[in-house]
Amino acid sequence: MVLGLALAGWLSARSRAWTLRAELSDTESGGRLASLPNYHGWYVGLWIFIPTVIFVFIWNSISPGLVLQSVLGSPAADGLPTLDSARLDALREARAVATGALASTTNPDALPMVAPFSDALSQYRWIGIVLTVIIAGAAGAYSYLQVKPEFGARTRVERVIMALLILASLVAVFSTFGILASLIFETFRFFEMVSPIDFLFGTFWSPDPMANPDNPDPTRYGAIPLFWGTILIGAIIAMIVAIPLGMMSAIYLTQYAHPKFRAWAKPALEILAGVPTVVYGYFAALTVAPMIRDAAMAVGIANASSESALAAGIVMGVMIIPFVSSMADDSIAAVPQAMRDGSLAMGATTSETIKLVLVPAALPGIVGGVMLAISRAIGETMIVVMAASTAANLSANPLDSMTTVTVQIVAMLTGEGSFDHPATLSAFALGFILFLVTLGLNFVALSVVKRYREAYE
Amino acid sequence: MSDAITPPAGEPHAGLEPVSAHRTERFEKRLKARYAQEKRFKALGLAAISFSVVVLILLLGNMLYNGLGGFQRAELSVEIDFVQSGLQTPEAGATPAETMRSLDSQGLRTVVYGAAQESLGAEGAEQLNSEAWREVAGMIHTNPSILTRKEMLSLPASADLSAGYSGEGSAEMQALASELSAKDLLQRNFDVGFLQRSDATDPQLAGIWGALKGSVLTMIVTFVLAFPIGIMAALYLEEYAPKNRWTDFLEVSINNLAAVPSIIFGLLGLFFLMTAFPTLRSTPIIAGITLALMTMPVIVISGRNAIKAVPPSIRDGALAVGASPVQVVFHHVLPLAMPGMLTGTIIGMARALGETAPLILIGLRAFVATPPEGFTSAATVLPVQIFLWSDEIDRGFVERTSAAIIVLLIVLLLMNGLAIYLRNKFEKSW
Repeated sequence: MVLGLALAGWLSARSRAWTLRAELSDTESGGRLASLPNYHGWYVGLWIFIPTVIFVFIWNSISPGLVLQSVLGSPAADGLPTLDSARLDALREARAVATGALASTTNPDALPMVAPFSDALSQYRWIGIVLTVIIAGAAGAYSYLQVKPEFGARTRVERVIMALLILASLVAVFSTFGILASLIFETFRFFEMVSPIDFLFGTFWSPDPMANPDNPDPTRYGAIPLFWGTILIGAIIAMIVAIPLGMMSAIYLTQYAHPKFRAWAKPALEILAGVPTVVYGYFAALTVAPMIRDAAMAVGIANASSESALAAGIVMGVMIIPFVSSMADDSIAAVPQAMRDGSLAMGATTSETIKLVLVPAALPGIVGGVMLAISRAIGETMIVVMAASTAANLSANPLDSMTTVTVQIVAMLTGEGSFDHPATLSAFALGFILFLVTLGLNFVALSVVKRYREAYE
Repeated sequence: MSDAITPPAGEPHAGLEPVSAHRTERFEKRLKARYAQEKRFKALGLAAISFSVVVLILLLGNMLYNGLGGFQRAELSVEIDFVQSGLQTPEAGATPAETMRSLDSQGLRTVVYGAAQESLGAEGAEQLNSEAWREVAGMIHTNPSILTRKEMLSLPASADLSAGYSGEGSAEMQALASELSAKDLLQRNFDVGFLQRSDATDPQLAGIWGALKGSVLTMIVTFVLAFPIGIMAALYLEEYAPKNRWTDFLEVSINNLAAVPSIIFGLLGLFFLMTAFPTLRSTPIIAGITLALMTMPVIVISGRNAIKAVPPSIRDGALAVGASPVQVVFHHVLPLAMPGMLTGTIIGMARALGETAPLILIGLRAFVATPPEGFTSAATVLPVQIFLWSDEIDRGFVERTSAAIIVLLIVLLLMNGLAIYLRNKFEKSW
């Protein structure tokens, strides 16, 4: 409806501007409008649209309260139960029936309330519609009167557009702050129940979502095993797989490969990068993990777990290969051609040039890329949720089952616990730490990459 | 470039005296070692690439191998004589649910079960899926004329028999399956319903339409939010923003947001669910908002690159004939940068479509047996459905999971293909 009103304003102002323009060009002086008719249309349209939308928003948030007040003021409200919860239940059901969300109600307390509710609802809806029309009319009339030849509608419309653009670019800042605020808020609530020292330095992790939330056992909230599992899977095993393979792939593709080979090998890597993580997780759990367990059994390691850290780490490494490869690709490409030519001219072979000139020169960029890759690996969730276990073990053996921060976040938040329980809140504390670590890694990595790019430009 | 380092053809100076005094025996030896090293290095690079390619083939092959079974299901052939059954034709204009209720009250279950006993024997009839009559009701609804004749119908077998048919499960089921298939009463058929049904506890009856619809609804919300906001932010940052600290801060926060782990967005979404909109749990709208926050930075970054690629001469030209800065951007720069922006958007959307972790946190892991009706009804999405099925031990679900993965990968491939097509079609070199 608001849109319709705005459209009407837009059309009428535009046609008025058109007639003004026609009249002006008829006169002797051959005057012109300061702005094109379209802009006058937009000006009036926006004048109608923005105030009414704001009003509709405000009205929608306050009208339920007004409706409730008028219903409670009606004589039927005297029959409501005095108990708070029963009273609210009855009111909610009556409201649902009145709005048509429910067909009928069985609650005897709610039944007499239905009629006053629907009366109040329709009454306030009418008030809302009338007010909307009045506001739209007033704003429209005010702006319509401004449609004059010398009026600069364009600059005003453009000012609104700029404000919109700035608002859009602020969304990123808002969401960053939203993330920070929500994580900090919940983490504080968690630390009121479990001390940060127990959480950060304890070595035993086994939160019990069913335990009494008022008296949590802080010794069960030691997150060190999770941090270790995360580092072992994401930063050690995955990187042992991804760094050499990704680097060598990039080197081969950029320095050696025939263009034809490159033309199909590169898309293959891109497909690898585009496979959703849930598919990798399924692959890890169904194919790689049993394979590794069988291989371990075959060489005589009897207690290998089928949810080993190794399986999750290897698959995660494969997932990261394209990322490392493209980062290395970019860094090597940024090394000036003269350095490469100079090395080759001195008689070095291609591999010597790569190892002794290109890679050292590109090292800052590559290190930055690897840091980004690590931050990606430790924040990765689905592979470890599906292939690693939920049991926290502090062990250096990659064949043991191990858990990570992200696995525990998912496990804690998909369990049965309530949102006020320390076990549930611990997920937010873990998320906060994960956020800080990845933020730090990204920040350092991006500044390293940036400074390095500038050095060669 | 490679000419500079390839050794002279054949063995260098084979059989000849060293040309100069420098080419001593030690030199030749060292040179040979260096060339050998070169070859090893090159082979290592090739091996690295091959590893990735092999893993990719293994991954896709594995899914294909398991998944093709998921598009099929074991069906029993049952001959039903509708004429004798005395079932009444449903009224014209009745909804599927009404037809089903009316047929159920007329004893359709007994009719189907009786016919199964006749066709398959008592033991076989036990293994007709308990929900098979619903499919018969559906067939009657779409085509009431079958009530006037005898019809040979393929109806789903039970999960146990299906497992037996695949050579798994109990010995009795395997025996029964081989007996029935020898009589041509049990066979695997392509299962169109897999793309039309929703989640179910029985793998024989599970489908992905519900999850697919949930994904589509979620993606619509994501696109509607992330695309305009991302484009506008990119335009502001690239075209209008003054170079100062504040702009730097904006840029840093967008770049960081692009690298925040997806699960953190899930925590953010969950926090707002808990505090502001408890009724919207598990709905496409909240999933879409969460994914939009995640996708927006990707769109901004790719959009800025697309805007950067528009040459300054276009802007100068427009400014010179009297366009205002806003007109320059909206009439000239934006249309030229649009293909690049769309490409980035599609890639970002493809990533959002495959995203699972944040959606699990905001409650999309619930069992939803009916396709969502709108943006605010409970739903699940395709990747989450895959995750849920992957937890099931049933062999039937292993196949269904792989089949769902194939569908997801095909959708992603189509999206990426579209992005590449757009890039190639509209890419201009200035």
